[in-house]
Amino acid sequence: MTDTNDTNAGGGAEGPDDGPARRRRRVIGTPPATGPALAAEDPREAAEAGAAYPGMFHARPEKEQRSGERWASVAFLVAMVAGIGFFVAYFAFRIGEHAPEGSATLAARYSNFGLGLSLAIALLAIAVGMTIWVRKVMPHYEVVDERHDPPSGGERREFGDYFMKGANESGIVKRPMLRRTLLLAMVPLGLAPIVLLRDLGPNNIEVLRHTAWAPGPDGRPRRLLIEGTNQPILAAEFDSPGSIITVLPEPDPGEDGHEGHLSLTEQAKAVTLLIKMRPEELALPPERLDFTIDGIIAYSKVCTHVGCAAALYEQTTHRILCPCHQSTFDARNGGEVIFGPAGRALPMLPLAVDSEGYLVAVSDYPDAVGPSFWERGPNFWERGNEHLDPEEGS
Amino acid sequence: MSQPTTPPKALGALGTYLDERFHGSSMLRTNMRKVFPNHWSFMLGEVALYSFIIVLLTGVFLTLWFRPSMLEVEYTGSYAPLQGVMMSEAYASALHISFDVRGGLLVRQIHHWAALIFVAAILMHMMRVFFTGAFRKPRELNWLIGATLLILAMVEGLLGYSLPDDLLSGVGIRLMQGVALAVPVIGSYAQMFLFDGEFPGEAIIPRLFTVHVLLLPGIMLALVGAHVLIVWIQKHTQYPGRGRTESNVVGTPMYPAFAVKAGAFFFFVFGFTALMASVFQINPIWLFGPYTPTSISAGSQPDFYIGFMEGSLRLFPQWEPLIFGHPLSLSTLIPALVIPGILFTALMLWPFLEAWITGDKRQHHTADRPRNAPTRTALGVTGITFYGVLLLAGANDLISEIFYIDLYLTTWIFRVSLIVGPIIAFIVTRRVCLGLQRRDRDELHHGYESGIVKQLPSGEFIEVHQPVGADAAVELRSKVASEPLEIRTGAVDENGVPDPRTRSPLGKLRGAASRWFTRDKVDFDEHDGGHGDGHAAVEEGAGSGRAAVSSGPSDKH
Ligand code: HEM
Ligand code: FES
Repeated sequence: MTDTNDTNAGGGAEGPDDGPARRRRRVIGTPPATGPALAAEDPREAAEAGAAYPGMFHARPEKEQRSGERWASVAFLVAMVAGIGFFVAYFAFRIGEHAPEGSATLAARYSNFGLGLSLAIALLAIAVGMTIWVRKVMPHYEVVDERHDPPSGGERREFGDYFMKGANESGIVKRPMLRRTLLLAMVPLGLAPIVLLRDLGPNNIEVLRHTAWAPGPDGRPRRLLIEGTNQPILAAEFDSPGSIITVLPEPDPGEDGHEGHLSLTEQAKAVTLLIKMRPEELALPPERLDFTIDGIIAYSKVCTHVGCAAALYEQTTHRILCPCHQSTFDARNGGEVIFGPAGRALPMLPLAVDSEGYLVAVSDYPDAVGPSFWERGPNFWERGNEHLDPEEGS
Repeated sequence: MSQPTTPPKALGALGTYLDERFHGSSMLRTNMRKVFPNHWSFMLGEVALYSFIIVLLTGVFLTLWFRPSMLEVEYTGSYAPLQGVMMSEAYASALHISFDVRGGLLVRQIHHWAALIFVAAILMHMMRVFFTGAFRKPRELNWLIGATLLILAMVEGLLGYSLPDDLLSGVGIRLMQGVALAVPVIGSYAQMFLFDGEFPGEAIIPRLFTVHVLLLPGIMLALVGAHVLIVWIQKHTQYPGRGRTESNVVGTPMYPAFAVKAGAFFFFVFGFTALMASVFQINPIWLFGPYTPTSISAGSQPDFYIGFMEGSLRLFPQWEPLIFGHPLSLSTLIPALVIPGILFTALMLWPFLEAWITGDKRQHHTADRPRNAPTRTALGVTGITFYGVLLLAGANDLISEIFYIDLYLTTWIFRVSLIVGPIIAFIVTRRVCLGLQRRDRDELHHGYESGIVKQLPSGEFIEVHQPVGADAAVELRSKVASEPLEIRTGAVDENGVPDPRTRSPLGKLRGAASRWFTRDKVDFDEHDGGHGDGHAAVEEGAGSGRAAVSSGPSDKH
């Protein structure tokens, strides 16, 4: 829809005082060159000459108008046909349960294609028709409108003066008590909506420190269950170095003997990576070796940056990579950050084996998992803990 | 049928009907012939407006079927791979829209494409306004409204992306939670309030839904209205050209020509969006699966307008000091809140900052050519480069994969480019602007190179220079001198006493900023008689009183 000069049908595209076209083509959108029809430089003159607008106005030659009318009508007819095509497509393409068995995706795609294409053609054809109408049938306008504000200096003060006059008349200027008490009256009302937001949520932020790994009501350490299958893991069977699985804590048994269930909210905090390495690959200080069982080591899967699932594991280097912003943690030395923005190591879950040989968590994570928050405080190890006290974490 | 002499009945009756009710309303008449200048770059704002309308229309359609609920249900719809899977009602209903509502997928895809076009158009429109100086007095307030709309549009898009509760959208919500937690002192409470407890809880999607379909669209609609109204009242800026002055607007009248043009353009934008939606798949939520906090898909990308935040989070190195025993998550706070905060604050304050630096209190209705404001243009390109590096860094995993570059190396390359790139961009852009100005001057004084080569009797070859046309001359001359005001150059009064205002530290700073902003001028008046061919090729009058420029000091001739 760019108005280039060559749409100017009124002749005179090469005015006598114009440079050759090359120079002007660089100035897309500037007004068409002065031609004979433009002679009325003074807007009033043009108005007197009978034009509807001050400035310039080019009627297009009748022949051009007629062909414009014809083409625009063709476009509008195309739009109508395509519009009808939309209805046809709506009923012709069967989707969902009416689609042939097992082809829901394909059916949706065909329907989308039919509906979308007919709609697009209808809309675009209307656009084309209207454009032809403007450019071939309507006159070309080059109207001059005066601005009413002075270009520089001498600002008009009418509104300001009028405003002040009204303010004076109303007494709000002269009577400070009126003004101030009105403001005072507004303050509580202004705060009311904020107070109303208070019940948006609880403020027991302590829950951020705990996960579903804390031993259940019976005090028994929780088993590690494979995510998806909910199977417990025999320590002896999780033995091929380099393997990694995602685990969740065994939930409390449900009511009336139903199977227990971990809510998404609990899963979001408790989700854990279980990794098996050769014991000699571990590079942990002795006190943290207590957390592992024969090269089996467990880290929170919640990235300590902003909380994505740190799901990628490089077997050869034992690095855990979070795909969100590529924080990289070293699984051998306690999940320390070796690259990327994460602020602290991935917390380690203290592991043990129960009497039946299944992997269990001795206690909850000794540190809050996931992104840091203001109240988190120093790390478990920074707090000067030498050994895991099972009470501490729970 | 091409020349009906009497109007169709309905049309004539409408005119009479309106006349009888609003007769003599001069306001109606003046507004009907409001003049809009023509230029392709003035249509960027229109694209934004029209895609906003499209997004509103399609969004209302989506609300008819979408269920903003996080209740767990078993999927029973017609998309076989997910049948029997537990998922939130929100996700199930988004699948229902995609597979079981005729035209539902189309509306979803148009909604998403239009949202992308909307934000992209706002960005482009904003660049146009910035580089032509159209934000200057009297249009500063509209700049502020526009910048607010940009921010709201980004937030609105982010919230929309979060609604279907697929795996990607859940990851987006997770990031919001992580960022909220990182805020010192109040962060943990903020996230508790936001989620009505912990992440993900059951409240967040209904809440985001209310904000997405009611609160933000309402505010945006009001702001868009105000924005357009102000343009209407202040009239559009125009590019310099013959017959255009600071006190007029030259272009197409609203009724009938501009209205039909604008209508056509609306249909173009809508048609183009519909075309995209029918041919290019966007956000195929069924492929991502329902959100579960235990997994993530690698290589997932947010919508492009969030990319710069993603990039900034990726580039920042580990930094989480303990402040009196409290962790301060700087490697989240700085990239996610501080950097966007600085970017947007700078964007919003710029019109006021520039006016303060240049001391320019005039009204401006003529668009600057970017080259004529080299420092501003260079600063703009600097900002875009900074933003662009962040945007690319948001896709560094893809870049590393496509070009076989080590992932961490890409991070380092972007870290360095983020500092070095903008500096180079500034220097180069300024140079280019000044070079272009010099070329303008030479063309004005010596004509332009016509490409015609002549052999002189002496055997020497020369290229013939042709005088520039009158229109071009007006444009070339449009450079308004932006001299630093005297108060900043240490002006003295009649008694030789320097203006006291220049001695305060702020005055000195302002002076320095002003000199920096306006240094390296290309003086259009110095005629160097070096060349022998066609001098002073422009006819008198081309740049005279009617030219778009209120003659600045260097504009006289
Ligand atoms: C003004 C700017 C708006 C933007 C930038 C925007 C953006 C988005 C985006 C990116 C999505 C994700 C779509 C997808 O599934 O791929 C979305 C979803 C949605 N939007 Fe909007 N939107 C806007 C306005 C609205 C309005 C005004 C409404 C309703 C009145 C609305 C209703 C919805 C609904 C119901 C969904 C979820 C449906 C679904 O995902 O299938 N939106 N929006
Ligand atoms: S969330 Fe893991 S790196 Fe950002």
